[in-house]
Amino acid sequence: MDAIEVLVRIAWLIGAASFVLGLMRMNSPATARNGNLLSAGGMAIAIGGTAVLLAVNGSASATGWIIIVVGIAIGGGAGLYTARTVKMTAMPQLVSLFNAVGGGAAALIAIDDYLRLASEGASIALQISIPTVLDILIGSITFTGSLIASGKLMGVISGKPIVLPGGRLITLAIVLVAAAGSIYLWTGAVSVPVMFLILAAALVFGVTMVLPIGGADMPVVISLLNSFTGTAVAMAGFVIGNDVLIIAGALVGASGAILTKLMADAMNRSVLSIMLGGFGGGEGTVGATTATGGSVRELGLDDAAIQLAYASSVIIVPGYGLAVAQAQHACRELGELLESRGVDVKYAIHPVAGRMPGHMNVLLAEANVPYPQLKEMEEINPEFDRADVALVVGANDVTNPAARKPGSPVSGMPILDVDHAKAIIVIKRSMGRGYAGIDNELYGNPKTGMLFADAKAGLADLVNAVKAL
Amino acid sequence: MNTEILAALTVFVLAILCGFAVISKVPATLHTPLMSGANSIHGIVLVGSMLIAATATDVLSQVLSLVAVAFATMNVVGGYVVTDRMLQMFRKKPTSPKPAEKGEA
Repeated sequence: MDAIEVLVRIAWLIGAASFVLGLMRMNSPATARNGNLLSAGGMAIAIGGTAVLLAVNGSASATGWIIIVVGIAIGGGAGLYTARTVKMTAMPQLVSLFNAVGGGAAALIAIDDYLRLASEGASIALQISIPTVLDILIGSITFTGSLIASGKLMGVISGKPIVLPGGRLITLAIVLVAAAGSIYLWTGAVSVPVMFLILAAALVFGVTMVLPIGGADMPVVISLLNSFTGTAVAMAGFVIGNDVLIIAGALVGASGAILTKLMADAMNRSVLSIMLGGFGGGEGTVGATTATGGSVRELGLDDAAIQLAYASSVIIVPGYGLAVAQAQHACRELGELLESRGVDVKYAIHPVAGRMPGHMNVLLAEANVPYPQLKEMEEINPEFDRADVALVVGANDVTNPAARKPGSPVSGMPILDVDHAKAIIVIKRSMGRGYAGIDNELYGNPKTGMLFADAKAGLADLVNAVKAL
Repeated sequence: MNTEILAALTVFVLAILCGFAVISKVPATLHTPLMSGANSIHGIVLVGSMLIAATATDVLSQVLSLVAVAFATMNVVGGYVVTDRMLQMFRKKPTSPKPAEKGEA
């Protein structure tokens, strides 16, 4: 090992260490940004080190350099452009897209390596064929799976669970093909067609795995696929014998698994039931919806403004509708206006409000809502009893009292006790359903008044109406 | 089994344990940025993509590694930038930060 290789290996080690430290710092809001920058710095060192290694030991051909430079320019440009221009509301699907390409890259490494070894004609040792096959399987599943998840969140693909006729049989057949192919390659046989068969099976499996899962569960699915990609990258590390890939991949695989569990816990779901639910195991509950009961009371703008302006305490409950309408600034404006009139204003943040955990905090923070006013669910729930008005802006399932009773798809999900407030105002475009696809009993509550409007327009009108009082 | 693969396995297992250990009680607020941050880390696959691109000789291999490099770079660059954008929202405001939180990290 010459001096330069030692230095590059140290650069990779620095990279791996900063990933660990960066992730640790991302556990707490105060240090999170710093942690991400640390991790990015480590990444830059690791990649820079690799470039130096290729330059100094001359292993890269001229074409190799062209491929690297062009590839980095294309990928970097696309990544930078999309990441900087994406709207805050569309971030979850973008993360899923980045996850897809990461998994794709990991699978491509194994495919390329296999083709090279196969063209040499020698037999392939088990210690290479195992990670190669696993890398192709996991990497391809995350590639198509994440693309489908992203498509569902973008609305390109229906967010509803899509159950293909005979879907379970197709899935079973695919699994059998992939398993048979994998075992065949592990027995020492070298066959490029079989490798491509496994690849095709895994790509299809990714689609059939995610399609039947409802959009509301996508955050957990994306997190799980993120963990998969980590594992695929670790496998790629075994294939090409590179430690930093193994470390970073295993790190993401394991931490992603924990994070997936945390997210599922926040929604009171188990990861297994989400995935099995997708395969048709858990559909029994869907459709057993409770009727809204009672008629829905529509509220005029001025009535709503008076209720808010003369309340002593108001709790605002933001949801996905607020994110879609980009109404966070209007929301903050109304909050400030009410505060200036001496109303105590707080924001109730459900852990899974919006499409991703933390989505609402991000949006409201962007609009400069003071952080101390944002209350997490456990903290705010007892306060609804004392609140004069709960103002629900584009939130639905997370306020549905049906969750307290068994027999509904949202049963058992922790909800915000909005119905405990003395009065409830719901700003909503229509009586449309939330992601769980069920009616919200809250809207039939005699205490509830509906203000049918787009979240942004509705809030702006409320601001004017309160000012006019 | 040779020593090389054993060493790699050792590293793999320890890194998994490390991954389990670094995630403690994360406030729900940070779930999305944390996932996005972890997502950028597996962009390290770019190192592997560069290594295979460097020695790609036939056309198929060159195409595969070009796609791999582009995909991986998109993962790295996009991942870190989008995570930073999310976390920027938590930047210190005159009213908020509690330095006490540092201790338990």
